[in-house]
Amino acid sequence: MSSPLLALRQVVKNYGGVRALRGVDFDLRAGEVHALLGENGAGKSTLIKIVTGAHAPDGGTITIEGQLIAELTPAVARTLGIACIYQQPALFPDLTVAENLALRLDATTAHARVDWTARRTYATALLARIGADISPDAEVRYLSMPEQQLVEIACVLGSGARIVIMDEPTASLTQKEQHLLYAVVHDLRKNGVGVIYISHRLEEIFALADRVTVLRDGQSVGTQALRDINEAGLIRLMVGREVAQVFPAAESAPGAPVLSLLGVGCNASGVHDVSFEVRAGEIFGLGGLVGAGRTELARILFGLTPADYGQIKLAGETLQLSSPQQAVSHGIAYVPEDRRRHGVVLELALEQNITMAIHRRLFPTTWLRFGAERALALDYIRALAIKCAGPDAPGGSLSGGNQQKVALARWLATRPKLLILDEPTQGVDVGAKTEIHKIIRRLADEGLAVILISSDLPEVIGMSDRIGVMAHGTLRAILPGGSDPRTVMAAALGTAA
Amino acid sequence: MKRYFRELSVLGALLAVLLGLALLAPAFFSPQPLLTLITREAPTLVVACGMACVIITRQIDISVGSIFSVCSVCAGLLAARGWPLALVLPASVGLGALFGAFNGFLVAVLRLPSIVVTLATMVTLRQGLNLVRQGEFVNLPDHVQWFGLSQTAGQLVLVSTALGLLVAQALAMRHIAAGRYIYAVGTDAETARLAGIRPQLVTLLVFVFIGALTGLGAMMNLAQSPQVQPLTGNGLELKVIAAVVVGGVAISGGRGNLWGAFAGLLLLACVSPALTHLHVEAYWEKAVHGAIILLAVIADGLRSRQSNR
Repeated sequence: MSSPLLALRQVVKNYGGVRALRGVDFDLRAGEVHALLGENGAGKSTLIKIVTGAHAPDGGTITIEGQLIAELTPAVARTLGIACIYQQPALFPDLTVAENLALRLDATTAHARVDWTARRTYATALLARIGADISPDAEVRYLSMPEQQLVEIACVLGSGARIVIMDEPTASLTQKEQHLLYAVVHDLRKNGVGVIYISHRLEEIFALADRVTVLRDGQSVGTQALRDINEAGLIRLMVGREVAQVFPAAESAPGAPVLSLLGVGCNASGVHDVSFEVRAGEIFGLGGLVGAGRTELARILFGLTPADYGQIKLAGETLQLSSPQQAVSHGIAYVPEDRRRHGVVLELALEQNITMAIHRRLFPTTWLRFGAERALALDYIRALAIKCAGPDAPGGSLSGGNQQKVALARWLATRPKLLILDEPTQGVDVGAKTEIHKIIRRLADEGLAVILISSDLPEVIGMSDRIGVMAHGTLRAILPGGSDPRTVMAAALGTAA
Repeated sequence: MKRYFRELSVLGALLAVLLGLALLAPAFFSPQPLLTLITREAPTLVVACGMACVIITRQIDISVGSIFSVCSVCAGLLAARGWPLALVLPASVGLGALFGAFNGFLVAVLRLPSIVVTLATMVTLRQGLNLVRQGEFVNLPDHVQWFGLSQTAGQLVLVSTALGLLVAQALAMRHIAAGRYIYAVGTDAETARLAGIRPQLVTLLVFVFIGALTGLGAMMNLAQSPQVQPLTGNGLELKVIAAVVVGGVAISGGRGNLWGAFAGLLLLACVSPALTHLHVEAYWEKAVHGAIILLAVIADGLRSRQSNR
């Protein structure tokens, strides 16, 4: 057999101390659709970044049609005919469709004259070829998300790429556009293009792909022809390991319900018909894949995107949450996902970060009391074992895990009834992770109701008393803590559990 | 010490200039001219205090010069009609606050970029004033100049008002929660919002505040001359922004304080008399100002690059 279109051998990539890829082998043949599957953080995105030249690998070799590529940069990748469709379209919103296509596809020099008539005709032809009903003169900003995605697809088609990567291309598409996309994939395969297809939707993978490679913890755990494997087998490959980590056990039984949701939904954020209850002293895990609607649900509960329908009850009282101030005053605390952006103010001193949400209570007489502030900050620094130079050290001087603790301290200082944690251990080292787990469990044991959103499967299974699994904007299943990871993954993938 | 390095370095530069003047042109320090110089800068200082707040909130207001003119002319007309100063003063402050509220509404509620909003206000007010007044001067009744006091007493009143405001506001910025909200909103509006602070309200109030201070500054300027000329306040916005930036308030918001802005203002204000005393042509003033601003901005750039590492 001739050499494969693309071959990766023992590719290694480290980000700081995190080993994202630990020696991955991957083959792509001409005229095949090769699915890439794995949990969040298994290394799929990293692998793609290496193939598109966005990141250079720390080790291993990349071969394209038998030729060893010494240095793969984005420009080299482009000349080699590697193209990528990302989850989110990356077009210029102020330019028209034809202009966008021209920008991407014209490899002419900056001062060359542009033949707009030809470009327009070409754009029309491309759009017709994928069956999209979009005017080439439409400004991209006025196109819907799916339409923009179709323009992206047209771009890739027009570039004549030999290797096409599709990263969750159907995430923003409706049924109709999905079928257009599938037709394009078939078309590409027929023309001998190699397609790397990433998706969480198993039915899609079974319908489209020829082979599948499963990544787990930065390693390839096997490449299989799809006719040789079934859904259960794939899920087993993805999850694989047993839950080896030890998680702190609950010391008290959950008490009365604190939060109860009944048919809650919000049209703007795509969350619909969510119902569940969280009790005092209980950790309610929210599992699911990225984009399943977990953060969106948290934002509803914190009044950031108010619910359109349904009932939210906190400690028996029905709430209309339309601003974070209201949520805070009712005793809801939310530690957001991206702490670098919305958790800790890096320029402000630690103590100021901690007291940020409780000015009214701590300083009832308007004047700031620096002594009281410092005492409070020291209490939390001790209670959460925050490693810092002192309460006046700026937030930016702390490590990731300690920043997370500061964000946590700010919200604990509001003395909440309900604590929502969104990916509290993301990007945190192992030691700090265990510490944060212990803190969360201790808070629950002290009677706090906790909602724990986590994409880390062992974490959400090991920490939670009950696990709500979300998929496509709604709650799919509520499973007991310590459930079989395969059951959780099956629910998250939306297959029959 | 390290934390206030930027402010202290401006203070150092100011002291160096003063020391140089003391050695080369001791005449600079004769009391009456010096008091006149400081009095002339008092209205600017008041507006600069407001500008520091605006810039710390990561906004900008370039309409202060025009608001200053309109307030001056209106206050002058009211005084000329025989209104007592006790009514003219609040009228001027209120008018300024009203313009500020207009800017603030567009920026905070409609979320328009402040540079465009205040550019529009700046041009509209300036042209509107020209249209209505046709460049006419307003002659003030005698009791307005120096508030009817002697010149020295009037000057002392103005200077102490400005300094009093500076101290009060500097203390408030540090010791009142509202002051901290300003810094929080300027560094990270979204985090502030998640922490229950209302960034829109803070932004609106900051604009109202600078408007009111501009109205007050206009009154303080009015009291220094027998008439109001309609071009008064021209270029004030640049002077004030320059002083604040030289004083170490980060144009990207969230950093800086009033003491730095004060030192920056004095440093820039010293340039013109220093040049006169050193017998350098006055044309060089703007060039020296430009050099000082450039130096300050470069220093900030180097600092932030260092801290990003």
